[in-house]
Amino acid sequence: MNRQESEVRSQNKKNRLNILTPVSLGASVRDIKFYKLTLFVNALVPLGLLVWDWRGGRLGANPLDFLTRTTGTLTLLFLVLTLAVTPLRKLTGANWLVRLRRMLGLYAFFYGSLHLLAYVWFDKWFDASAIADDVARRRFILVGLLAFASLVPLAVTSTDRMIKRLGGKRWQKLHRLTYVAAAAGVLHYYLLVKSDTRKPLLFAALVALLLGYRLAAAYFGRPAVPAQPVAPRR
Amino acid sequence: MLFKKADDIKSSEITDERVYVGRRNFLRGAALAASTVATGLLYRQLLAPQVEVATPEAAGVDAAGVPETAPKRWGLDGEEATSYQDITHYNNFYEFGTDKYSPARRAQALVTRPWAVAVDGLVNRPKVFDLDELARLFPPEDRIYRLRCVEAWSMVVPWLGFSLGELIRLAEPQGGARYVAFETANDPRRKIPALSEYEAGLDWPYVEGLRLDEALHPLATLAVGIYGKPLPPQNGAPIRLVVPWKYGFKSIKSVVRITLVERMPPTSWNRTNSAEYGFFSNVNPEVPHPRWSQASERRIGEYARRRTLPFNGYAEQVAHLYDGMDLKYYF
Repeated sequence: MNRQESEVRSQNKKNRLNILTPVSLGASVRDIKFYKLTLFVNALVPLGLLVWDWRGGRLGANPLDFLTRTTGTLTLLFLVLTLAVTPLRKLTGANWLVRLRRMLGLYAFFYGSLHLLAYVWFDKWFDASAIADDVARRRFILVGLLAFASLVPLAVTSTDRMIKRLGGKRWQKLHRLTYVAAAAGVLHYYLLVKSDTRKPLLFAALVALLLGYRLAAAYFGRPAVPAQPVAPRR
Repeated sequence: MLFKKADDIKSSEITDERVYVGRRNFLRGAALAASTVATGLLYRQLLAPQVEVATPEAAGVDAAGVPETAPKRWGLDGEEATSYQDITHYNNFYEFGTDKYSPARRAQALVTRPWAVAVDGLVNRPKVFDLDELARLFPPEDRIYRLRCVEAWSMVVPWLGFSLGELIRLAEPQGGARYVAFETANDPRRKIPALSEYEAGLDWPYVEGLRLDEALHPLATLAVGIYGKPLPPQNGAPIRLVVPWKYGFKSIKSVVRITLVERMPPTSWNRTNSAEYGFFSNVNPEVPHPRWSQASERRIGEYARRRTLPFNGYAEQVAHLYDGMDLKYYF
């Protein structure tokens, strides 16, 4: 183990982070590559079917509205999946899951961008004043924009280089914005439905569960003895 | 020595690397394909619109939705009628689902025969009318009206119906009658509603109301059909209200009771959310809704948006009903 590697490892231990070099992934590098490919392809399936159905006239009487709604639902879905990685990893020990998290998060951003584009294009036809009026008047639009805005810095800092530049701890802190995005996204959904709140509440329950897990883990998971001392620098 | 010597294992027993890699790649390819198909099926089940195409026989229209007979008959001046397919597969009928697609499936169970409409309250001649009797008394005619939903989409619907006012006059309203209350069927034997009040977020039965002078206006219609055919269940069979200058939710479906009353009756959406849905709910591009700008609308079948007209384009006929009223207050 060279010096740099050992530093990264001890750093990881200190931060309880497994971003760059998790100690044990529980899967080979080749396996992980395959899992990533599988996730990449599967996450594109809804988009492929959306486009295919659109071209085939199978999106119902109001295809633009359907596109907007469905991309919104997919954004929330991928946010939930992103938030599910850490609890699943800790509960099952399948540490390789963390290697899929970035892609899940980026898909949330991708579908969120499509959702925003659908709104700006098909609902407002790029009319800036109409959009400004909408933001000022309608809370669910404002909250939705906030949710999207909080995803932008996460997508921008998703590369390995940005993780290194920010440093694990700061990066992790910044990426807690995911919690804000998920909560705001669910609120956006809840505020926009007319009277049937079942689906927004389902997403709210999922997000609450995943965030609640983190709270509980932080509260109960504190080690009774001080954390392992950091390996002395040579 | 960590490794066995090569001659410990017969070379014939060593799996050829190409076979090993080939099998692994095959399994992975199969897993990838299977997961993709599974995701596709899951998407279809959970997110895709479950829209069936109405059979041309049922619709009496060709594949494009144009009626086989007299194709020119159905449009408005410069506005084409919305296709039968879209009118019958994009419905707000919360008794049968809160999305636009499920009423076309779930409302098929609605029992519409026999059906009677009670006209009562402050009238001299209260009566329960059987549907056939109504058809005899008021022969329905084609009435092509714009329908503007509060959700900022619109259609042009070729209704088949008659003026509500004719029925009300037959019942002879008393002097004290100032409003008309309507009620949708709420009857398990008729399989309506399919959703609970909790699921729909509305109280049953669905109720609506008009001021008496609005109800007597000749544009206020009781519809029994579209495109010259009986109303499909999802469109409010067998008889529904159509008030073309008001947002669609005022046009109550599957009506069983029409009651003349003295005071403004409760209305379903107003009861659920009074800040958003007023009693009058006239189509008004000047009054923005907390959820949707009402300045424009998406005509079903079109991509670009249209400007929304005051009273949905019927201002000439109905604006006088509201002379002297502040329509921003009485929204």
